[in-house]
Amino acid sequence: MTYRITVNGESHEVAAAPETPLLYVLRNDLGLNGPKFGCGLGQCGACAALVGGKLTRTCSVALADIKDAPIVTLEGLGTLQRPHPLQKAFIDAQAAQCGYCSNGMIMAAKALLDRNPKPSDEEIKDALADQLCRCGTHNRIVSAIRKAAMEPVR
Amino acid sequence: MSVARLSRRHVTQSLGVVLATFALPSPLAFGQAPANVPFSLRNNRKLEGWIRLEADGTVMVFTGKAELGQGILTALAQIAAEELDVGFDKIRMVSADTSRGPDEQYTFGSQSVEQGGGAIRAAGAEARGILVAAAARRFGVRAEELKVSNGTVVAADGRRATFWELANEGAGLLKGDIALAAAPKKPGDYAIVGKSVNRIDLPGKLTGAPSYVQDIRLPGMVFARVVRPPRYGARLLACDEAAVRARPGVVAVISDGNFLAVAAGREEQAIAARDALAASAHWSDDAVELPDMASLRTELQKLRAETIVVGTAGQSEPVPAQARRMSAEYSRAYLSHAAIGPSCAVAWLKDGRMTVWSHTQGAFPLRGDLAKVLGMQNGEVDVVHVPGAGCYGHNGADDVALDAALVARAVPGAPVKLQWMRDDEFAWAPFGPGMAMKVEAALGSDGRIVDWSYDVWSNSHAMRPGQAGGVNLLAAWDLKTPFVKSPAPHIPQPFGDGDRNAVPSYELPRKEIRNHLLLDAPVRNGSFRTLGSHGNIFAIESFMDELAEAAGSDPLAFRLAHLRDPRAQAVLRVAADKAGWAPGRKGDGQRGRGLAFCRYKSIGMYAAVVVDVEVDRKTGVIKVLRVVMAADIGLVVNPDGAKNQLEGGIVQAVSLALKEQVTFDRRQITSRDWSGYSVLTFSEVPNIDIVLVQRSDPPLGAGEGSLPPTSAALANAFAHATGRRLRELPMTPERVKATLS
Ligand code: FES
Ligand code: FES
Repeated sequence: MTYRITVNGESHEVAAAPETPLLYVLRNDLGLNGPKFGCGLGQCGACAALVGGKLTRTCSVALADIKDAPIVTLEGLGTLQRPHPLQKAFIDAQAAQCGYCSNGMIMAAKALLDRNPKPSDEEIKDALADQLCRCGTHNRIVSAIRKAAMEPVR
Repeated sequence: MSVARLSRRHVTQSLGVVLATFALPSPLAFGQAPANVPFSLRNNRKLEGWIRLEADGTVMVFTGKAELGQGILTALAQIAAEELDVGFDKIRMVSADTSRGPDEQYTFGSQSVEQGGGAIRAAGAEARGILVAAAARRFGVRAEELKVSNGTVVAADGRRATFWELANEGAGLLKGDIALAAAPKKPGDYAIVGKSVNRIDLPGKLTGAPSYVQDIRLPGMVFARVVRPPRYGARLLACDEAAVRARPGVVAVISDGNFLAVAAGREEQAIAARDALAASAHWSDDAVELPDMASLRTELQKLRAETIVVGTAGQSEPVPAQARRMSAEYSRAYLSHAAIGPSCAVAWLKDGRMTVWSHTQGAFPLRGDLAKVLGMQNGEVDVVHVPGAGCYGHNGADDVALDAALVARAVPGAPVKLQWMRDDEFAWAPFGPGMAMKVEAALGSDGRIVDWSYDVWSNSHAMRPGQAGGVNLLAAWDLKTPFVKSPAPHIPQPFGDGDRNAVPSYELPRKEIRNHLLLDAPVRNGSFRTLGSHGNIFAIESFMDELAEAAGSDPLAFRLAHLRDPRAQAVLRVAADKAGWAPGRKGDGQRGRGLAFCRYKSIGMYAAVVVDVEVDRKTGVIKVLRVVMAADIGLVVNPDGAKNQLEGGIVQAVSLALKEQVTFDRRQITSRDWSGYSVLTFSEVPNIDIVLVQRSDPPLGAGEGSLPPTSAALANAFAHATGRRLRELPMTPERVKATLS
């Protein structure tokens, strides 16, 4: 089957089985590195992206179910040269160790700030409740998001 | 400053370029290097093997150490820039690559700044010295009259020459061995070392640049998955290979003894084929009898053991007559590495050479074991380190490298990417062994410890590849012609294995410490951050509090009275000050505060921790409110990077102490996903305050030493809050409720 999906503002045609988890399409057909395989079970959040503006675990959503919902991945936020304020805040706070969880953290933070531009620390922690980090960078992540929220434009 | 690009490595690799600058690996040495020759230089003396000036005006710095998320490449780049007097942005790091890097064996034990940094420091100073001498000859002046800044040598009269010009003129200048002729800078003169430079690899990782082994994509690459037995000991009786081979996209099904794997053109096809292969497989009912989790401590003590006295003093003196004897027993559960990304490797058999990209901690030792299993020469196998998800010790990285290589052998010419699924990781990666500890001590009439007797039981925490007498790779034991496990090595104190930190740093006039290395290993074990230190310090520091209480003494004063080392005393005082430690303060049944101290490995970093907790007596949930740590890690290369490591260790230690245990019934591992093995989440992470106290040479390493005292202080805080002591980790709500009822 072929499907047309819009990722980071560009339209792509992909040929894959309808039940293919979106994660593998993003990583392997589109060559994106942001979304990561962590569990494939919807438990860790490493694979997160925005689908139709909503924080989505791409390991647990089928290609056929995307329809015309636009997809935004970590790559769609900013680049090495022009990082998004969230990415910049993560760099400034050195809010990562291995960085494997960072995609999910940044995407969850993006979804949060889109609906609540000035969250409290509690609201930030709530929004990240189901995002796992094993390196123990939680406090730096919270302070990075707090800092990013103080930036005027996003 | 940057990390050399993946793509560039690929090109080098695919052209089969091998720069044989380095000697063959030496047997793994656990001891300390002789004082004058940095450990990592001993088998890698060629200057060019460490530092090369590139035509584009950069400096290529090679290290055998691997980036595990701990920021080591950044710290090593700081050291190189410092000693060479070259801009930080001119340094390019190449790490852990058997085809073109130095053999520094493993990246473990918090020794990378000390060992790898020591080597780069010496190499940098040597290169700078040679280049300055060349400039002196060129200008006809004495070397002492020259200054170096940003890679340019400047004479008093203004004449100048860059390092790159000088090296071009005197080809071969940097070709010799490192003679250790040039003295490295004095810490007082450091400009870049000691600064909180941002990690060089994070911008890429945070914006989706290819950074991980999972991100490697090669032309014609196929995806592979493994099917593991349902339990230790089960043998494959039958499976329907033909049906799986007929599935969409499948290019190979590999069945060799009990090793089963599948490769397909697309990743989701490989995963679906894996499920089909697993469903079609019939396994024998064989099982290894696993210990009863409900009584782990006594179960461990029943296993066959080899007992060694690892510390002793004053045994010929009698214990004073009126001394008051006390004893207690403790345990710690089996622990999972639980990295967020499962282990992954890319392997490619091409023109008779096997190249494996891996997040291993030991590229050279892994290469040796891979070659053995594949029946190839060491020189025909290359292992290139590429980061994976967080590494806290010997996880599945090496195992999956062999898995990928076995599949690659079945599809010659095609690169193979193999990532474990979540259950492969949780059920099959080596665990940090469960541990049992017993302390017995006597208090004299003056309230001091007059006798100390200690026993620790655990399997070896040191079952990495590259050890003599076998092969330590999972699939190797499952092949039709299987390899045997290497026997556990003997790692002497002060490093130790399960007995790491079993010998207390306290002044004890009479003591005996015994390590019972368990020979039966029903559960697969390996190195998890701090090895035995985490369990031993939990027992020792818990018991120190029990003794202090019996002696009617404050935990802080009691510890200080048994410590002579001023650096140990300093961290305790600083942590207590910072936390507002008040002697004699009582817990109120809910809130409490605990203290612990550890000098990691007895020769590494010092840390003292104060933990505040709140116990919900109804739910049994312990909430950690605040953790204050004072740490002395010796010379600090990158203060913020070191703090990041210490913080991470603290969070992990809270998680270990409160939640983590690998679970199993008598036949198989049952914790196979994140619902069965939980780790600390955002709302449970405490506020953390870290004070770095001393900054003198040498660096002592910061990667591990914050864990053991944190778990211990947390246990002490619970006892302080409730008046009841939990002597088993983790301190789950069930255990808390049982203790309080
Ligand atoms: S990989 Fe999707 S939630 Fe874990
Ligand atoms: S930084 Fe490693 S898992 Fe979060």
